[in-house]
Amino acid sequence: MNSATDHNAMVGPYPFRRLPDSTPQRLIADMDRLGVETAWVGHVPSIYYRDAASGNDELFQLLAAHRVRLLPVPAVNPVWPGWEREIDRAASEGAPAIRTWPAHYGFDCAGAAMTELAAACAEQGLTLTLTVRLEDPRQRHRLDVARDLISADLRATVRAHAGVRLLVCGADRAIVEETHWGSTPEESARLSWDVSAVWGPPEDHLGHLFRTVGREAFVFGTGFPFRIPDAAVAKLTLASYESGPGVADRG
Amino acid sequence: MSGLPLVDVHVHFWHDRCGRAEWRELNARRLAIGERIGITLHIASILGTWGYASPTYFPSPDDVSYGNEAMRAIEAAHPDRVRGYTTVNPNFTAHAVREIEIGADHGLTGIKLAASRRADDPLLDPVCELADHHRVPILHHVWQHRRGEVPGQEISDALDLAALSSRWPRVQFILAHIGGGGDWAHSLRALAQVPNIWVDLSGSGVDRGMLELCLECVGPGRLLWGTDLTMDTGLAKLKALELLCSPAEFTAIRWRNAARIFHLVAGPRSIAPMQAGAGAEA
Repeated sequence: MNSATDHNAMVGPYPFRRLPDSTPQRLIADMDRLGVETAWVGHVPSIYYRDAASGNDELFQLLAAHRVRLLPVPAVNPVWPGWEREIDRAASEGAPAIRTWPAHYGFDCAGAAMTELAAACAEQGLTLTLTVRLEDPRQRHRLDVARDLISADLRATVRAHAGVRLLVCGADRAIVEETHWGSTPEESARLSWDVSAVWGPPEDHLGHLFRTVGREAFVFGTGFPFRIPDAAVAKLTLASYESGPGVADRG
Repeated sequence: MSGLPLVDVHVHFWHDRCGRAEWRELNARRLAIGERIGITLHIASILGTWGYASPTYFPSPDDVSYGNEAMRAIEAAHPDRVRGYTTVNPNFTAHAVREIEIGADHGLTGIKLAASRRADDPLLDPVCELADHHRVPILHHVWQHRRGEVPGQEISDALDLAALSSRWPRVQFILAHIGGGGDWAHSLRALAQVPNIWVDLSGSGVDRGMLELCLECVGPGRLLWGTDLTMDTGLAKLKALELLCSPAEFTAIRWRNAARIFHLVAGPRSIAPMQAGAGAEA
């Protein structure tokens, strides 16, 4: 198991329910407790700000004192003026990835905005991160109306540019399978999945996907501050995969 | 992973008529993973044929009977670590009563109600009467905070279960899988003052803040540990609880609370039903 890097962490408050201590300090404390060395860290408020750039200002400031272990993953809204500057800033700040939120920002994964964003990410060597959902749809606030992403969104994104690398957070087995088997081998090779929302045993969806899709397609991710981070460790500990190289750390 | 007993109050097994060729492997995997986690006792149910011959949450009487028989067979094969709920569909009152009587002949552990009938419906009263008579708890499936109908299961949430529990104050009810979907905060606020409803912590949901609100609203004295379909999330919640609770509270949630309502006694490496006439544990 390679859980050295948490690829699915964020910091900051959430408008629809209280997240206990969603600060970088708490994230680091949990990382220490679970033996995680570094984390790719996004910013929850940037999902909801009209101007994601101002959220990135907050993210860089929040992480300034922790940059050795917490790598910023800024948000980019490709239908808002100046988004190219955020791509350049991400690259210059050494960010490994950016996050975008099509359902929240209001653009189509199959449209021109995603094509331009995917091209910019490919050019700068940034992984493009999409999140299927933040919470179970059965517990949403009545104003929380952004839809979950579906496999078609993911397939459109990975097809948007031949050089884009796509990390998908919060996907379950059905979405992973539909996307993997609905993509060419070349497209699938540019797709990574975080393990946070894939079921462990006894159904053992994660072990099944390791055997069918390939464990190299999966990365460790906790879903902090939404999910108890121990869950990602527990499913890897209990998953019925054979010994050998663990969850990949690519990206 | 600990020398303490650990009781899983929300477990499911499978049988040959569930339409899954790997049913034996699923059952074996649950027991094997249970060993790794340190589960001392699995308290389990089978919901008919899990949708294969009749709907999971509306199982036919024949499927209910077959599932209960299969559950008793698993219990007999693993008497040291498995106990079975008797599952019933209250729409078939006479059949439900008969199934509970059969269960009682084999040492009734508890009664499982799925979502075949809304929790506050009078048709559940004969089931509650038998639970009261046999002094066993009722585990009731709940979709947290659901006030409207959806396909596949009849509405029931914490408010409905609270209405039923008020009619049967001596019966102990277990609200199923607080992490199993829906707004857990709604259920927890609703149950703060309902002393005979216990909350089972199972389900695939591992939202941060959920366990904290369980402790705040319901308290460690009415929480029961469980897994349901995902044992990894059960293990994660166990780890998180250890950080949130005092040792006494953690012990209560691991097994002492379950021992109280299921009338269990703990030995050095096991936990088992109390013999008739013995004193109460915990």
